[in-house]
Amino acid sequence: MKQKFGTHVLVFLAPALAVYTAFSAWPLLATLRLGLYSTDETGATHFAGLANFQRLLTDEHWFGHFRNALANNVEFFAIHTLVQNPVALLLAALLSLRGVRGAAAYRTVMFLPTLLSVVVIGFSWQLILSPLWGVAEKLLGFVGLADHFAPWLGQEDTALPTITLISVWQFVGVPLMLIYAALIAIPEEVIEAAAVEGAGAWRIFWQIRLPLIAPTLGLVNILTFVGNFNAFDLIYAVKGAIAGPNFSTDLLGTFFYRTFFGYQSEVGSATMGAALATLMFLVILAGVGLYFLAIQRRLQRLAS
Amino acid sequence: MTRTLRHAAVAAFALAAAAHAAAGTLTIESWRTDDKTLWDTVLIPAFTKTHPGITVKFNPTSPPEYNSVLAARLASGSAGDLITCRPFDVSLDLYKKGRLQELNGDPVLANFADSAKVAWQTDDGKDTYCVPMASVIHGFFYNKKIFSELGLKPPATEDEFFADLDKVKAGGKVVPLDLGTADQWDTSQVVFTGIGPNYWHGEEGRKALIAGKAKFTDPQFVAVWQYMAKWPAYLAKGYQAQTYADSQNLFASGKAAVVPAGSWDIAFYQKDGGIDFGAFPPPVKKAGDPCYISDHADIGMGINTASKNQADAKAFLDWIGSKEFAELYTNKALGFFSLSKFPIDVQNPVAKQMIGWRATCKSTIRLNAQIMSRGEPSMENELWNVNSQVLNGKLTPQDAAARIQAGFSKWYAPQQK
Repeated sequence: MKQKFGTHVLVFLAPALAVYTAFSAWPLLATLRLGLYSTDETGATHFAGLANFQRLLTDEHWFGHFRNALANNVEFFAIHTLVQNPVALLLAALLSLRGVRGAAAYRTVMFLPTLLSVVVIGFSWQLILSPLWGVAEKLLGFVGLADHFAPWLGQEDTALPTITLISVWQFVGVPLMLIYAALIAIPEEVIEAAAVEGAGAWRIFWQIRLPLIAPTLGLVNILTFVGNFNAFDLIYAVKGAIAGPNFSTDLLGTFFYRTFFGYQSEVGSATMGAALATLMFLVILAGVGLYFLAIQRRLQRLAS
Repeated sequence: MTRTLRHAAVAAFALAAAAHAAAGTLTIESWRTDDKTLWDTVLIPAFTKTHPGITVKFNPTSPPEYNSVLAARLASGSAGDLITCRPFDVSLDLYKKGRLQELNGDPVLANFADSAKVAWQTDDGKDTYCVPMASVIHGFFYNKKIFSELGLKPPATEDEFFADLDKVKAGGKVVPLDLGTADQWDTSQVVFTGIGPNYWHGEEGRKALIAGKAKFTDPQFVAVWQYMAKWPAYLAKGYQAQTYADSQNLFASGKAAVVPAGSWDIAFYQKDGGIDFGAFPPPVKKAGDPCYISDHADIGMGINTASKNQADAKAFLDWIGSKEFAELYTNKALGFFSLSKFPIDVQNPVAKQMIGWRATCKSTIRLNAQIMSRGEPSMENELWNVNSQVLNGKLTPQDAAARIQAGFSKWYAPQQK
């Protein structure tokens, strides 16, 4: 039977649609539009076509910063994917085992850093790793590794991995919770059946549990991707908007902040910032699109 | 019925707004959140004593947000009557957009030297739009106890400077030179533009760069980076991750002998009993060389063109330019020195020492503050980066000079010849 498309459908859709349009779709479209304008000395804006984008992608100064921030962002995301998510999977797998003592306490403790303010996290880790008064060097000394201590947050080649690991430490609780929830949702009969068939714990994990939580793993990865390419706060809290040393911790977010709001004597430009925000949006859109095309579709076919 | 109600409401609101604006109330926009108590309890009462009937409200925004918040308030018409002016381009930008009242020929400006006014004038020097309030002076602080234990004297030349640091290093108990490169800004605003004027001869070198007659790759500029490149041997271990706050705490706890500092630090080091410290100006190359100091115009005040209370705002601005304010501000806002020509009796010994350098050395402002930082790439940001890298040993003085010069000549016509 074919249902008639009634006005009640529109009425029920209206509130969500209105909120979504006003606070999400409209600002996004306005930003995309603003990127096509430019501002002159008197503050007047006029249409400039693709000039901002041309500058961002061909001017050596702008493109140099953009390329650097993009490369750093890829590294930032890669470390999250390779460390945060496997660690979260491992912890979730351990926590979901039967009869782990104090599982609830562990879960809470591991989730706690996520609840802390990023400013507190940045400040605490700066203190822990400080070469002047930090405990890191002393702790390494207990295991005979004091010689390997370095001012990690201040060196060009170590600053970004260090900050990324701080971020991993802070956010590992989120994928942990998602994966844990998926793991405990697997019907007990499936596991039991496998055990009866003679599968060991190792094989059950790889061949039964992991495929069943694959959609969640995909979701975790895409959330990590979107979060990482919008990241800004931790870098700003630890290294400031100029993201030193030598821009080695500069992400698209901090680059956007400097462009949009200005920094020190550098006067900000809303139009140039909007152009950069558009590029960031496209990068994220491309990543998410790729994920949906390559992975999400396959997952659905597996599940059905 | 509804329409009448609505009209009445609008009328009442308009009346209330008008009454609010006309009752002689002035609001000051500022980034000096640290000075809120000072304004509320000392400065504003001093003003209202001589100007009864004018109410003044000090409304600060935190420093990193000030520029953007102010711009937003000015655009929406909700900004205060008096605007605290950042030096050079940030305020110039506001003036060009018609946000700041022009003050040409105002008698109050006669209380200030030309060099003080330049921070709030158009490039051609024709229009002035803010009254100068105060400057900060850069130099070095030294721990008097450590110096007397080791029998050291405040150095006057570069050689004496390193000789002193060598002795502290040989002593092995404290950090000779207290500086980190984690925050970057201090390596530029305190160190490079603080110690450099002795090499490029202050205003002479600065103006030569603006006129296109000198380049950063000239010896008088490269020499500053060469001087800085010798510093890492005297810094604390792991200085690459040492922040400005770390440096402040290290010196305040008596664990460092010498710290490159700005005059605003005086208040910090005197907090809670503090430590016994003195100041010396940046050392010169050879004994007897003329000395130059970075005496940087940092803070001024102007009138919002959209203010509904222009007459009272002007009265307040006249008071900002008076001797009474100069004396109060210099003595109460420790480390901020009035830019006026009035002779001021400074009570704090270190502050007195620093303001005394104005008599023996020539004043200049931060090298890149005027004109040079407005292009792409912004020289201010470039200098932060390059100076930190020189101190981190990642960039040679020659490469540092070449990089700054390349960025400068990329957009600045007089440097392209």
